[in-house]
Parts: sequence; C-alpha cells; structure tokens
Amino acid sequence: MLSKKDLLGLNDVPKEEIELILDTAVNMKKLLKQGVKKLPNLQGKSVITLFYENSTRTRMSFELASKFMSAVAANISASSSSVAKGETLIDTGKTLDSMCTDVIIIRHPVGGAPALLAQNVKASVINAGDGMNEHPSQGLLDMLTMKERFGELKGLKVAIVGDIKHSRVAKSDIFGLTKMGAEVNLFAPSTLMPSGIDSFGAKICSSREEALSGANVVMGLRLQLERMKGGLFPSVAEYHEFYGINDSHLKLADSNAIVMHPGPVNRGVELSSSAIDADVSLINEQVKSGVAVRMAILSLLTKK
Amino acid sequence: MSKLLIKNGTIVNSNDTYVSDILVENGKIVKIDKDISISDCDVIDATGKHVLPGLIDLHVHLREPGLEYKEDIESGSKAAVHGGFTGIACMPNTKPVCDNAVTVGYIVNRAKEVGLCKVYPIGAATKGLDGAELAEIGKMKKLGAVAVSDDGKPVATGQMTRLVMEYAADFSIKLHAHCEDKSLSGDGVVNEGKYSTFVGLKGIPNVSETAGVVREIAIAENFNKEVHICHVSTKESVDAIRQAKARGVKVTAETCPHYFTLTDEAIVNFDTSTKVNPPLRAESDRLAIIEGLRDGTIDAIATDHAPHHVDDKRVEYAYAAFGITGLETSFALSYTKLVKENGFTMSKLVKLMSENPAKIINVDGGKIEVGECADLAIVDLGADWVVDKTKFYSKGKNTPFDGMKVSGQVFATVFGGKIVYKEDKIYG
Repeated sequence: MLSKKDLLGLNDVPKEEIELILDTAVNMKKLLKQGVKKLPNLQGKSVITLFYENSTRTRMSFELASKFMSAVAANISASSSSVAKGETLIDTGKTLDSMCTDVIIIRHPVGGAPALLAQNVKASVINAGDGMNEHPSQGLLDMLTMKERFGELKGLKVAIVGDIKHSRVAKSDIFGLTKMGAEVNLFAPSTLMPSGIDSFGAKICSSREEALSGANVVMGLRLQLERMKGGLFPSVAEYHEFYGINDSHLKLADSNAIVMHPGPVNRGVELSSSAIDADVSLINEQVKSGVAVRMAILSLLTKK
Repeated sequence: MSKLLIKNGTIVNSNDTYVSDILVENGKIVKIDKDISISDCDVIDATGKHVLPGLIDLHVHLREPGLEYKEDIESGSKAAVHGGFTGIACMPNTKPVCDNAVTVGYIVNRAKEVGLCKVYPIGAATKGLDGAELAEIGKMKKLGAVAVSDDGKPVATGQMTRLVMEYAADFSIKLHAHCEDKSLSGDGVVNEGKYSTFVGLKGIPNVSETAGVVREIAIAENFNKEVHICHVSTKESVDAIRQAKARGVKVTAETCPHYFTLTDEAIVNFDTSTKVNPPLRAESDRLAIIEGLRDGTIDAIATDHAPHHVDDKRVEYAYAAFGITGLETSFALSYTKLVKENGFTMSKLVKLMSENPAKIINVDGGKIEVGECADLAIVDLGADWVVDKTKFYSKGKNTPFDGMKVSGQVFATVFGGKIVYKEDKIYG
C-alpha cells in the first residue's frame, strides 16, 4: 500500500515505499519471465493513458502492465480528443472521473500538470513524464534494473551523461537514487546542465573522465536533436566527440559496470553503437523492468 | 458644504509624526490642530490609529477597456480604496491598447463617474505596444496621461527607447520602463535557480531583468533624460540603480510587495498564483530589495496589480497568465515586512507609498498639510488579520498571500474629503 493517492514524482515518495515498489516489481518480473501474463490484481479497474506528448515504450508498457493484470485499459492522445478543441486539463480530468476511471496515466509537456490533474480528480494519477520535472516510473525501472544486477542500490556509483537540463528521467533518477544511498555523478555541456541541480545531492563533474571513473552504472540520456536549433550545442559530431560515450570511455568505469539508457537511443550520438550493443548494456533489460515496475505501481496504487 | 472631522489620529508625513485632529472642508484640509470642536459634521474617531496621506500606486492594471472579465475601472477603484489608495496609475495594455488620446480620455472620464479615487492613465510609449512607432504622447498627456510605458514588455529596441525618452521629456513626462531582455527570458515562467530545476519549469535568469535595467540607465545617462524603472526584482538591478544614482543619472525605481515578501521557494507546489513577471526571486534578491528600499535606491512601492480571471490561472503552470493582484494586500505586506520586521519608520513607508509616487508622476498628494487635497488613508497598525481573497473587491483573486497572517489594516479611506471606504464598506 502506498500512502498517497497518486504517483507524481520520486521526490515525495518515502524510501520505504520505493523499496516496497521495487520488491513488488521483482516478483512481477519473475512472473513475467515465467510467461505469466494474466494476473487478477486490477480486475474490475479501469486505466486510461492520457498522453499530451508522443511516446511508444512508456505508453505501451503501461498499457501492457494494465492488461496483464486484467484491467480495462483505454488510451487518449491529445491530438485525437477534445483537447485539440481547447478543453482544459481539469475539465478533461473531471470527464474521465465521471467515466469511473480508477487510474489516469498522464504525460504532459508542462511540469506540474499531473499534480494539477491529481488535485482535481478522484482517480489515482500516475505521472508518465511532465515537462522537465519527473518521470517516476522510469526512475523506478532504472533502480530495479540496477538493484537486480548489484543486489542493492546503497553505495552504487551512477554516472549520468547527456542533456540533464531537459531530462525528467535524470531528475527522477537523482531523487530516487540519492534517497536510496547511491552516488550520482552528472556530466553535460554547461548549456545542458540545469542550475542548482547539485543542491539535490548529485555531483556536477567537470569531465567525462571524472564522471565515469569507478562508476558502476553508466547512463546516457537522449539528446533531442532540436536542441541544436536552440543553439545549445553546435553539431551532433562535436557533441559525440566531447560528450558521447564509446568503448574506451567505458574502460574508465568499474570493471563490472553496466550501460543504461532510457531510450530511444540516437546511435552514435550519446552512446556509440558498440556501447549500446555491448554485453554490459542492459538497455533492453530496462524495458522488461519497465513493465514489471508499472505492474507493481498499478497494483499498489489500486490496492485498498 | 461638506465637512469632515478626523479626531485624534496620529498624523504621519514623511518628515514628522504627531497626534492631532484634521478638519476637512470642500475636499481640502483646512485645519490641523488639537481638539478641534465643531458641530454638524461627519466625524471619524481615529484614536489609536494612524492617518497617512492617501496611498498612490504607480503600477496597476485595470483591464478596462476590453478585458473587463478580469477587472474594470469600478472594481479596481473599489479594490484601491479598500487598500488605502486614493490614486492609482493604470498601465496601457488594455484592448484596445491605450496608445491614443481617446482611450486616455475614456479612462479619465469613467474613473470620474466611479468617483472613488483618482485614476492616472499611463499611455503606451509606442503604438500598439509594438515598439515600432511613437504613440501620440503629446495628445495623451493633454488628456491626462501621467507617463508612458510599453509595460508587459520592454520598449523593443534601444533606438526606440531613446526616442521615447527624448520625445516624452518634451511633454514633461517620462518612460516607466519594463526592463527585460526577452531573448534571455525565452519562454521561462519562473526564476532560474534551484527551484526551477526542482519543479522542472523553464527559468528566467536575473540578468534578463538586469540587462534591461542597465540598457535603460545607459540611454537615460547618454541623453540626460529621466527614466523610471518598473518592478525591480533582482539584487543586480538594485546595484545598477544605486550606482547610476550616485553618478547623477535621473533614474527612479519601484518594487512590489511580492518581491520583498516571497521568494521562488513559493513555486514548489505549482501554485499558479505565484506566477508573475518578473518572477519571484531568491532570498538574496529579496534582502537586496529591502536594502534598496531602505537606502533610497528604490523610491517607491507599487503593486503591479495584475488581476486575472480564475480561468486564466486554473491551468498548467506554463500556460497560466503572469500576474498577482495587489491593491488590497500592499499596505499590510509593506507594514508587516518593512516596518515590523525590518525597522522602517512609518514616515519612511509614507515616503515609499505616497510622497515619492506622487513626485514621480508629478501629481498632488503625498503629504498632510493645510491646503492639501483631503486624500487620506486611516490605518490600524494594531490589527492582525488573515488575508482572505474572497473578501477582495478586485475581480482578481490571484494572490499567493491568501491565508497569510499580516499586520496593519486599512480602517478608512478618504478621497476628496469624502469617506469612500470605512470598516468593510465602500461608500460610492
């Protein structure tokens, strides 16, 4: 059981509840690996994904998680609903509430939008990514992947390299990992490093070497190519040369280090192809963790 | 012949404070003395209360014409007198824009019909606030405009800013400059810093304002013209204005109660009532604003009263309108934060909220003397109260101060010798 109606961000989830979600997800993942894709946990519940931004894996992952647990699941995309006619978020939420929705999973370009929705609906709200704020289920699936590999999160050294500024994944990872006792090193061009991020327990590194040295986890973040138009970096080639990660950089990390990335990956930009395809790359394992973690979240949030 | 006697109040001017009675006749103060006794006139017992010159606000958005669903001249005037203001200067970003004499005349006449306080229109500096061509500043001045401004945004270019300063000076009015480098603000919605990162909303750095302030000062200095800097929010702006004044630049400045009361920590719950431009800043900025007020670098407290309909605020933070409604909380916040917590005198507060604003726009008011217009605010400094936005006369309930405990309450407001507000009632 979780203490709150909603899952809006890892910042306000207590450590014990993060542990509960991860432990529950470990079991879910075992069942998935055994081929079990029908559990009764959400029988009689309805789950709606309300996405104001494009998504493939997060949306699919939530949808499958719902269906694997016997929920009725439906999708709304901003482009195909009355959102395009200018309905407010609150009105949309109240409409979904009136349809007896138990869980609304929202992705939105503005930080705080899930919180606004949550304040105005009876349904549980799960944040599936809001602007530059948080992406808690991604943070949890990253932690699950690390925990399964290393046994515990405490004391792990995690290097996150890439566009930290626009990354809600980095935010949720930082909030979650530091709460669980891991160290987080950050490296990015100054134009893609948000101000004051070090006040939340992460360390800003001044070189790739410093960030990666001795790391147990090397995580790349997707570089959105439209940032180049905003002048935040000059070219993909220059970005890769100075901020990308290839095999030789991985040698700086701990000998047992793993490679992670929230996807979708730009091959040859934030990570070289060989780093993505390396044996130590757990990028596909993250996707599997994603379904399990979302099953755990849905199950715990709807448990009375 | 109407008479009003205000008994036994503590009269506060910028240079003295004393207990006395005030006799008002035909809208003017005719006698200030102890124990004035006269029959057959209205009496306000001001024993234990302070009598201030009516407060004057240099920066208000009244929204009329065109945006009456947010505020209008009548509701804004009521809010003003509820807050102890007898004079308010209104910004030109209405629909249509107040960039012409007809609209200035309309506002002046409508305010007279309402009759609760003086409304001083500020005309647009450029046509349509577009920054391309000078507005008809001369014609607007003739009809009652007291200043010009493209508020809401900066005058678009350095060249146009120069022309506005030079041309407005020919008519003895000046530019009230909204200072901002829009390229640095981008589509930011909150102060850039650890809290913008914490909530994942786009930031507006301090330099966005300060770069604008420095530009206006440099242009005013180069051409030896006057400029008034609106809503100062950053430490670096305070420093720049302080240095400019020391060099003899003809610059004045205002700040707003929210900049010396709150910091950007207030945004952590995504409460859109905290969304304002310039944004709520860091604690170091808040403290620098207070010091700027103390040493006279900042001349005036204005509200930047920016009323909005609830629908404009009950949306995602990034989509919400910028602005805080301020007329009905300004005095209490200023008294609480500056006098009670930071040792300002009441005389200093009168200077910041009445005398200096009157001087900056060159209008009557700002002191209580025989012969002066009887525009007065009678306040109860002993009253502790809780801000309740549902009690606002303004249509705009967009305040981050709802529920805050404050001290100092407006007891009555006298405009032109007439009681226009007293103890929760408006007298139109």
